[in-house]
Amino acid sequence: MRLVTPALVVYLMADDGVADLAAAAVEAGATAIELGIPYSDPLADGPTIQRAGQRALDAGMTPSRALAVLAEIDRRVDVPLIPMTYGAIVEAYGVERFCADAAAAGAEGLIVADIPPEESAPLRDAAGGAGIDLIHLVAPTSREERLRAAAGLSRGFVYLVASMGTTGARERLDDRLAGLIGRTKAAAGATPVIAGFGISRPEHVRAVLAAGGDGVIVASAAIDALDEGGAEGFATFVRSLAGALA
Amino acid sequence: MIGTHQPDSLGRFGAFGGRFVPETVMAALDELQAAVNEALADPAFHAERDALARDFIGRPTPLYYAERLSEAVGGAQIWLKREDLNHTGAHKINNAVGQALIARRLGKRRIVAETGAGQHGVAAATVCARFGLDAVVYMGLEDTRRQRPNVVRMHMLGAELVPVTAGAGTLKDAMNEAIRDWIASVETTHYMIGSAAGPHPYPLLVRELQAVIGDEARAQLLDRAGRLPDAVLACVGGGSNAIGMFHAFRDDDVRLIGVEAGGDGAQLHAATLGGGRVSILHGSRSYVLADGEGQVLETHSISAGLDYPGVGPEHAHLKETGRAEYVPETDEAALVAFHRLCRLEGIIPALESAHALARAERVAASLPPAAIVLVCLSGRGDKDVDAIADREAVR
Ligand SMILES: Cc1ncc(COP(=O)(O)O)c(C=O)c1O
Repeated sequence: MRLVTPALVVYLMADDGVADLAAAAVEAGATAIELGIPYSDPLADGPTIQRAGQRALDAGMTPSRALAVLAEIDRRVDVPLIPMTYGAIVEAYGVERFCADAAAAGAEGLIVADIPPEESAPLRDAAGGAGIDLIHLVAPTSREERLRAAAGLSRGFVYLVASMGTTGARERLDDRLAGLIGRTKAAAGATPVIAGFGISRPEHVRAVLAAGGDGVIVASAAIDALDEGGAEGFATFVRSLAGALA
Repeated sequence: MIGTHQPDSLGRFGAFGGRFVPETVMAALDELQAAVNEALADPAFHAERDALARDFIGRPTPLYYAERLSEAVGGAQIWLKREDLNHTGAHKINNAVGQALIARRLGKRRIVAETGAGQHGVAAATVCARFGLDAVVYMGLEDTRRQRPNVVRMHMLGAELVPVTAGAGTLKDAMNEAIRDWIASVETTHYMIGSAAGPHPYPLLVRELQAVIGDEARAQLLDRAGRLPDAVLACVGGGSNAIGMFHAFRDDDVRLIGVEAGGDGAQLHAATLGGGRVSILHGSRSYVLADGEGQVLETHSISAGLDYPGVGPEHAHLKETGRAEYVPETDEAALVAFHRLCRLEGIIPALESAHALARAERVAASLPPAAIVLVCLSGRGDKDVDAIADREAVR
């Protein structure tokens, strides 16, 4: 993946009109776009992303249409694109076909929130075959062996879960964040470590970078900014986080 | 002690099971597995469980020959394993007591649970009161309406009840929220799952804790009738009473029949093994009622405890290997069986269990009088009487 670090990855839910937002995000300083493919029962997601996903499903979004949306974003921006979804969606589509179609649509990476390293072999093979990076996650609760397994198997970057719980904007990140970043960096070698879950303020971005992290993923807070302030509020919010990257 | 029919090292029964959960809870599943292995190998754990089973739950539960029902059906003898006579009124307490002991071993004082019919919620609230633990129970809004007596009981027992409005407000939605709570609170909280579903080691743990049903029934029947049954039946929601009943008969020459919710008999049902496809739900690979794109479908059953689009992975394996059969019974058939048991035997069954009874009658009718059909009467119907009275007054 052509990930520029320090990275600001902005998550958007696949929905009609989202290509404009992706372009606005990149214009405002996003260095990669994560595109959520909605699933009916997203266990790792809190209220904001659940709502966004349900809106998309109600409007008729499907996995194939989401990949078409991804291709549309790919025509508009020149940053890495990373679809994010759940195992049930990828398997129903067909693991190999999904990876091939995602790659053809411009994906450079893939995040599947409920497929841990011990279950990810088929997905790793398919992603590798299609030339996209399968990203694994580490969490504040991950023990050393799990952390090493996830970091070792991750391609593109390691997704570091920065707060306990589901996705959602938070005032404070996990107290163990700095230590976790240090341990993950040590296990990941040259692979970048990007923190997400709860990131919602410039000081979060600075804290991640100060601890040695290579960037952040912002999801719920970006969607909240969009819901509250429209496209303009969204762009202002992304710019405020991008300002903290320097 | 864990015996035969073990899952593999990744927690798979054949192609089903495993762990499909966010990384945040993976360490807790490892810890749980270690605690379960230790507990099951510890005579002190079994001694405490046995004492609670006897003095708190009221085990062994009776095995009852339903003579008038058998006569009315006109075929095989129908025998009922009376899990309805357990403390709190269903088999769910067998699992809740065991998991409370495990939570204590883990040093966790907060419990989250999901509930559909409210029987597991009541069982969780009960053991939390008994062991001085905090209980938070998630229940779909629709289920809080149709199983209101259990809502009242949970409050009285001191549990915090959280109504869930997402989706159809039924068991699947409650389970989503219980798991999301656990992802945030996993370091201090034990997730007390109510069925033989979820990520490894839950399906195995719940089976081991419910296996007492079949172990007792098998010994009781050998003692009373001098022989094994021809068929064993149980209703299947997530599959805990069924796996608890079937497990003892796995290696016997006995038909195992799981009865799913057939709903309206057409489009609206919760017959996951009958009409579903292999997918991932709530942390494990199994059959799921989902569309071709992987989205989980809405289900319907008159019985809240069976109204669930997933099923425990070991049942998927038993289906795939042909060792057990899974068949549907409709809302209407369950209601007919419900009333028949009330009138002929003086037993008011849970609507969930009434599905198993409906099929047991059909199976019994096809067999000679010397044959024996054993049914898990998983719970009593106190929770259902208001909803049934309302429904039938409307007509
Ligand atoms: C009485 C009774 N039977 C059966 C069930 C279904 O659960 P399982 O399939 O786990 O036994 C329930 C669930 O609420 C129940 O209350």
